[in-house]
Amino acid sequence: MIALGQFLEVLIGGLMSGVLYSLVALGFVLIFKASGVFNFAQGAMVLLAGLALVRSLDLLVAAGFPLWAAIALGIGFAALIMAITAWLVERFVIGPLVNQDGLTLFMSTIGVTFVLEGASEMIFGSDVYPLRLFPTDAWFLFESVFPGGILVNKLDVWGGLIAGTLVAGLAIFFQRTKIGRALRAVADDHMAAQSVGIPISWIWFVVWLVAGLVALVAATVWGTKLGVQFSITFLALKALPVLIIGGLTSIPGAIVGGLIVGAGEKIAEVFLGPSIGGGIEYWFAYVLALAVLLVRPQGLFGERIIERI
Amino acid sequence: MRAPATKDILLQVEGVSLAFGGLKALREVSFNIRKGEIRAIIGPNGAGKTSMLNVINGFYHPDQGSITFKGLTRPEMRPFEAARGGIARTFQNVALFKGMSALDNIMAGRTLRMRRGLLWQMLRYGPAATEEIEHRNRVEEIIDFLEIEAIRKVPVARLPYGLQKRVELGRALAMEPDLLLLDEPMAGMNLEEKEDMSRFIIDVNTHYGTTIALIEHDMAVVMDLSDRVAVLDHGLKIADGTPGEVKKNQAVIEAYLGVAH
Amino acid sequence: MLYREAGQFKTTYAEDMAVFPIRQDRIALAMLVGVAFIGVPLLANFHVWPFSSDYLLWAILLPFLVLALAAIGVNILVGYCGQISLGSGAFMAIGAYSAYKLGTGVHIPLSWLGFAISIPALPMLASILLGGLAAACVGVLFGIPSLRIKGLYLAVATLAAQFFFDWVFLRVPWFTNYAPSGSVNAPELNFFGLVVSTPIERYLLCLSFVTVFAVLAKNLVRGNLGRQWMAIRDMDIAAELIGIRPLYAKLTAFAVSSFITGIAGALWAFVYLGSWEPLAFSIDRSLQLLFMVIIGGLGSIMGSFVGAAFILILPIMLNLVPTQLGVPLSTQTITHLEFIIFGSLICYLLIKEPHGFARLISIGKEKLRLWPFPY
Repeated sequence: MIALGQFLEVLIGGLMSGVLYSLVALGFVLIFKASGVFNFAQGAMVLLAGLALVRSLDLLVAAGFPLWAAIALGIGFAALIMAITAWLVERFVIGPLVNQDGLTLFMSTIGVTFVLEGASEMIFGSDVYPLRLFPTDAWFLFESVFPGGILVNKLDVWGGLIAGTLVAGLAIFFQRTKIGRALRAVADDHMAAQSVGIPISWIWFVVWLVAGLVALVAATVWGTKLGVQFSITFLALKALPVLIIGGLTSIPGAIVGGLIVGAGEKIAEVFLGPSIGGGIEYWFAYVLALAVLLVRPQGLFGERIIERI
Repeated sequence: MRAPATKDILLQVEGVSLAFGGLKALREVSFNIRKGEIRAIIGPNGAGKTSMLNVINGFYHPDQGSITFKGLTRPEMRPFEAARGGIARTFQNVALFKGMSALDNIMAGRTLRMRRGLLWQMLRYGPAATEEIEHRNRVEEIIDFLEIEAIRKVPVARLPYGLQKRVELGRALAMEPDLLLLDEPMAGMNLEEKEDMSRFIIDVNTHYGTTIALIEHDMAVVMDLSDRVAVLDHGLKIADGTPGEVKKNQAVIEAYLGVAH
Repeated sequence: MLYREAGQFKTTYAEDMAVFPIRQDRIALAMLVGVAFIGVPLLANFHVWPFSSDYLLWAILLPFLVLALAAIGVNILVGYCGQISLGSGAFMAIGAYSAYKLGTGVHIPLSWLGFAISIPALPMLASILLGGLAAACVGVLFGIPSLRIKGLYLAVATLAAQFFFDWVFLRVPWFTNYAPSGSVNAPELNFFGLVVSTPIERYLLCLSFVTVFAVLAKNLVRGNLGRQWMAIRDMDIAAELIGIRPLYAKLTAFAVSSFITGIAGALWAFVYLGSWEPLAFSIDRSLQLLFMVIIGGLGSIMGSFVGAAFILILPIMLNLVPTQLGVPLSTQTITHLEFIIFGSLICYLLIKEPHGFARLISIGKEKLRLWPFPY
């Protein structure tokens, strides 16, 4: 019973951390689905949102505001920062590049990544800032069945709930609303969408804003887990294999991919790791993504890419 | 003086069918192209003309039917086999390499004939340089022929549409093809440009003896240039013969005038 | 006025195809080569300004040369062949560690087969070149999927290479000859009896390598293979229809690119660092090389040099200039400023001039040809 218990614990822990990856991946999928742009800067956006939130929170609490007000104002402030960022990025980077190919746009988002990282740290500081928005203690489940019980982190559960809500909300947004349809049109063909009167600049601003808000949500969960710091951007890089596995255009794919990656790497680390020297978590997700790419290039839920001449 | 078309058949498509999901692009189309002739494929929009060329080229694989080229029958063509076998083509939307100059684009067409490998090219001095100059000579002949000397070093993205089409023709000619497929070579051109292009097409056929299959919408051009015409409509071949015969064919007239069937 | 081509006629295609067809360019190149090979060592030997200390040589010229070489490698893959790679750091690492193992003797006991593979320590030049070859082999391996995987998917695959090899060189002690600290010392730089140790000697060594490989690379990109690469980059479907084999073109791009990057890695480790850890070749290095290539100019050998120079010199400028002005910046602020400037520059260049500084320079030359007339 001990081995099974341990396995379940690792599995659940992995699934939960997978949900965190999914939260970041969601932002990627949004932007890609709506503009065909692969936004390398999503991780940097999480950092920016997190920094804006935690610094304003600390400032407000220190100035004597009650916690609930500080949180509300802090989130509002962070959301505002993300809105400004969305506007700047659309106006100065994505807008001018509207007719370029995907690779150029991708490289420009690498540029944006660095600008956001540098600017956010310069403005908000580059230390580690702990965030206390969710309970971080743990439950012990099934203590009667497994000795010691199975450790489940409350924070992870919150993360799962939030991710689930986000997915449902975004799915509805894309499928049912007028803006959602417009977004899908834009992703398919920028020029055609423009020619039927869809205001591309506005659409892209909305997309990046929503992605920024998703990043903010991700930042609240990540920040509580790890503290808001620069290394968050690296963890965000992990979201890339999640996208490959799930499919770049699929919102449910981001969730499933995240779960697979999270669970997979934890299990591999705990059970395979000791025999190979440890540290498997570092590359497991990427190699898994590579394997999926070879077998099914569009990912589990993605759309097939058809080339025309 | 046009090169007399021989009776030898260079390309034969037999019963070729192609469907994209529910859309039937080609329905059991059969026709042949004789060596040395200029063959036109015409028809209203959406008739399947470009799909036919794509099948011959190997870009699309037919669901049914066979292609016989130079005596070898096969169910489908592969792009590399087509190229190596001597089939070259141009495209409706010019498919040039936008990052290179006109000269480089045409030189790219000589790839199949360049023998010197990676190591020789790294060294350059010696066999690779000699080969480069030899092929440069041939390409310059084509540039002279197409009268594009002045723009050879210009990046093709900067060229006007008419000149781009000429460069694309040059690249196809650089392959020294036996069969040249032209997809709407005159699209978007004014009268003068069309006359130039017609002249080039006839010259290619006369001087190099290249067999040509072309898709074209300009009826005057088609009737003037071609030896034989095949007419497609909604994926079916509805007529096949000399320009005179086809012009009088009732089915063809109806197809173009849009009579309901 | 000065930079006119008038009177310079080319009578053969060979002349027309020359790398520097304009005579003034050839003179400038000859002067540059002269300064690089003779002038710099001479000045450095007698400690004449700006070589009063070893700083310029050791901290600027040496890394510039090696990184420029790596940038040439990356440019071949990304700029000429259009295959985006975020894993170039890993290929530098493969070159470095392979050269290290070959230079210190390879011993693989295959006890279950009953014998051991034992290669004695190879001479330095062979180790470095074979290190590059090892990187090339791995490059080809990672290039094989590139036929099915394109664009950003390929970028993620190259990230897989980057992180996997980061881990391999960190966790598999065989590569570091079981060093307890995980960091490695380069063997003695012995080239056919000549020992390279002083900064001037290291500089000349790197300069020679870079010159040779820059020439080889330039020859490749202006020949048929270079055209094949660019065709694949611009429109791979059309390329196939004129007889270019996409697999051959892509694999050769990966092979040549990884070879050059691997050699640069070996040089970086052996000649510049002397002793190193896997961190020297992490994702930061990959991104740095990508930046050099984008800023310097995609698809330009000269651009690789320009990009490398820019990326190296900017942080130094950011350090020096404010200090000179009396407002020294903290290292943290400098790092942040670097990020902002690099990022903005990339965005700006991608919008205004995708071919980077190299194109801006050649536009400048075009203007110079007409000077002092406006057109």
